[in-house]
Formats: sequence, structure tokens, C-alpha cells
Amino acid sequence: MTQLHELARLIRSKNAGPFELTIDVMFENREAYERVRRSDALSIESIAAMYSVDPALVKRFEADVALAIKVTLPRPTPSGSVFDTDIFGGQFHSPMVQLDIP
Amino acid sequence: MSIIKAVAATGQLGTGFKAGTLEKAAEGAAFIGCDAGSSDPGPYYLGSGMTQSSDAAVARDLELMIRQGVERGIPVLVGSAGTAGGRPHLERTVEIVRQLAKKNDWHFRLGIIDSEIDAEAVVASFEAGTLKPLAGAPEISVETIRAADRIVAMQGPECFIDALQQGAEVVIAGRTSDTAIFAAIPMMRGIPAGIAFHAAKILECGAASTVERKYPDSMVAYLDEEGFVVEPPNTDMLCTPQSVASHAFYETANPFRLVEPDGTVLTENAEYTATSDRAVRVTGSSFEKAATYTVKLEAATLVGYRTIVIAGVRDPLVVGQIDDYIDKVDKVIRGKIADSLGVQEDDYRMRWNVYGRNGTLGAFEPINRVEGHEVGLMIDIVAVDQKTAQGIGSIAWHTALHQPIPEYSGLVSNLAFPVSPPATPAGPVYEFSINHVMELEQPNSTYTLTLEEL
Repeated sequence: MTQLHELARLIRSKNAGPFELTIDVMFENREAYERVRRSDALSIESIAAMYSVDPALVKRFEADVALAIKVTLPRPTPSGSVFDTDIFGGQFHSPMVQLDIP
Repeated sequence: MSIIKAVAATGQLGTGFKAGTLEKAAEGAAFIGCDAGSSDPGPYYLGSGMTQSSDAAVARDLELMIRQGVERGIPVLVGSAGTAGGRPHLERTVEIVRQLAKKNDWHFRLGIIDSEIDAEAVVASFEAGTLKPLAGAPEISVETIRAADRIVAMQGPECFIDALQQGAEVVIAGRTSDTAIFAAIPMMRGIPAGIAFHAAKILECGAASTVERKYPDSMVAYLDEEGFVVEPPNTDMLCTPQSVASHAFYETANPFRLVEPDGTVLTENAEYTATSDRAVRVTGSSFEKAATYTVKLEAATLVGYRTIVIAGVRDPLVVGQIDDYIDKVDKVIRGKIADSLGVQEDDYRMRWNVYGRNGTLGAFEPINRVEGHEVGLMIDIVAVDQKTAQGIGSIAWHTALHQPIPEYSGLVSNLAFPVSPPATPAGPVYEFSINHVMELEQPNSTYTLTLEEL
């Protein structure tokens, strides 16, 4: 099995405003991009399960020029709220770094 | 129509750039812009009126920018002054500009754009039904709007255009969209909005759209009616079609639809072509005009005062039962808070972040157990005032330090505090309390422009 980080050149998360979180997975070459794109690893359902959110609230984008997949989801709690653990949202991508990709 | 050269000094005012890069970039430029703020570092800056970058770092960047502007006779535009773009942030940045002008004997017309708005204006909009929630917006009411410590209205390019048309040579604005700073002059000169905003989106982060941003630095775009070319002025860095296309992803919820006050920039059909081994031409972006002009509102509300306790745990017996240990001691602490301070549970919030287990990801941590030989604890307390938070912090650390575990008999000291005092006051705590757009009949109804002759 290959893990997602072995195929991606960058996996990152960041706030998209204080109330949403966005995760970018960017690839070095088209082959890796297509391989992940075709798998279920980053499907809306997989992401929703990973972050315990309603699949209807997960937005997913593919960009052929950038060789990138983006998912945007509600933040677990707003940035800087008293229960937040990551003000910038910069570590929320971590659970997908070692995802197995067929 | 001639080509317009647009310059971003750096991605965020106060984070620096190479003086030589900006000097080179400014040659033949139509203007120099710089974004100075963001909501990313959290609600504290907006709520408190404090700034993220020091005055010294901001002055360093502004002095180099304004010198280029004055010497070349081109405008210098700054948006989202002082991190959050509220009135105190704006005033602080304007004061730096005044001092720089005095020091260097510069004379120019300064445009000051205040985009902090009164809660009553927001209440009126709420009651008129012209306040619309964005994704994830909190529930709001007349009471919650009035409770906000500060509300800012994120302005579009219109406020800069207004200031420039009145002869301003340097414009310092409160909260604006990042793109407003860089789209204003190209739009004034007839560049289609889709192209102007897309170029602005690339420029606003400075050198971030390069393949490898080695350090914060300036960025340049050349705009015409059909598209734009982006090229880093620093020859240490380069852009590729992939690096530029990728940048539309950064911090955006939707990489193909960038919402602006007057409409939406559509980039899905944009084409990215290398024009050299360092430059990329972008064409095909368009703009879908909105039926109504809207400004996004940001607000921060004081929720209490924080005290934190940081401690390491290394004893393998305590590390091995960290959850039980915390469960038990949390109950003891809460009891003592009620007994000793007379503070009820509703009047404070205490949480335990367990680094080494799930301190970073919280409820989303898939490996929700301790696998290492030590853990870091943060006891995070928010109470109605600092004195109460400190009182709770003192009870918390002292109780947790000596909380017994079944394996040992006799008095134990379970926590290693790296600092004295173990309980650190962390000041006021704010939360973002509005995430809505306000519909306007006139784009200029939520900012005030003041002109000052320096």
C-alpha cells in the first residue's frame, strides 16, 4: 500500500475564514493526482467520516491545472473560540497524511 | 491600452521583504500595495484593538514602500491596517505614517479609510432583514450584535478608488478584502474586474505563489485587458503554471469562486501558460456581478479572561493512567472552586489539553491514546475576570500537583511546571461573533474617508 504523503507534494489545512476549514492535497505529477482522484480515499464520504461531519456540509473540488484536490468543511469549533485547539487550522489535515491509497 | 504593472510589497505588512526586491519591482509600477491584516490569528486582535506585528516592523516596511511611492510619484495602498482593521488598528498605522513623513520630510495627501462600524447600524440591518449569514455563521440577535466589542465591514476596491479620485497618494485603510488593495487601480484604468481581482488574489500574498517562497518578498503582476502575467521580481524565486494555479487554493473555501462585495470572480476556466521559465500568463477569468452590493462583517466579543497552566508529566505510572488521573482531579478541583471561591460551574470554563494524546486535534484525533513516554498538559481556564481565572488556576495546579494515584502512598508531586508562577494570566478572551454579509444600497455607506495633508 502507498500512503497519501508518498504521492502528494503538499498536504495542508488552513482556515477559510474563522468558521470553515479547508484542506489542500497537491500533487507533483498527473499520474499521482489521477490515482488519488480515482480512489475513494478523499471522497466526500471518507472526509465526512474522518471529521465526523454531515457529508452534505463537505465541499470537494478538483483542479486539473493545479493538480490538486481541495475539501472544505465546517470548522470543528470557530477559530479562537474557547474550545478551539488550532487557531490557524494548520494541523487538521494530519489524519489523512498516512491514508492508504490503492 | 498600456500594460499596468502592479506591485505587492509583501504578503503581510510587517513581515518584511528585501529592500532591493521592492526597489526593482517598483520601477515602472502603477502602484505599490500591501495587505496588513487577516482574521487568521484569531479574534483577539479585533476584539482588543492590539496588532500582531510590532510598530517597528510595520514602520520598517512602510518606510521602504512610501519612499518608493514618493520618489516615483506612484500611490501606496495598505488595507486591513494593524491586523484586524478596526479603528485603533487604523489609528496606530496612520500614526506610524505621520511619523515617517515627518522624519523623512515627505509631503503627500494621506487617505484614511475607517471601516469600523457602529453596532446600531448592524442592528438596523438585522432588523431590516439585510444581514445574511455566511457558512458556519453563529446565531445572532440584537443583543449579541450590541454585545460585540468591535465590528468591521470588509470593504471592496471602491473605498481605495474613492480616496485616489480625491487625490490621495498614500491610502491606509481599515478592514478591506485582500484583493481590494490590488484590484482598485487596475479597475480604475479599465481592466475587466475578473482579471483585476484574479491578479489581486495572486498578489495579495506576496511571493506565496512562487514554487518555493524562500522568505517573504515582493511580487509583480502585469495586467492588460485580456489577462495578466505574474513574475517574481526576485530572481531567486520563480512561478510555474502549477504554482500560480495552486495559489487560488490557499485559504479559500472554493478555489473557483472568489466572492467580492460587487460580485464573484470565476476562475474555473482560467488558463495558465508559462511565458518564460519564471513567469506565467493567466487568461480567462471572469466576473459575475451580484444583484446587491454586500460587505462582509467581522465582529469580536469579550467572553472572559484566561489563565493557563502548562505542565509536563513523565512518571510512567501517571502517564499510563493520564485519563483517569485527569477525570479524578478535575472533579476535586471543581469542588474546591465552589468551596473556596464560591464560583459556580456556569461562571467559568476549564479544559485539559493533553499533548501526546489529542491536544492538537481534539475530538478528531484517530489515535486517541498516549503512545509516548511523556505528555504535556495545558489546563486552560476562562472566567468572568482575571482575578477569578487566577484563583481557579492556583487551585487547579496545586491540586493536580499533589493528586494521589493508587500505586503510591504518601504525598506525590505529579506535574513538572516549566515556569514560575505555574498559573499564567493570558488576558482577555474574545470570540468571533458575526459572520454575515450586509446588503448595501451604496458601496460607500460603511466607511468614512478622511484626507490629511502631510
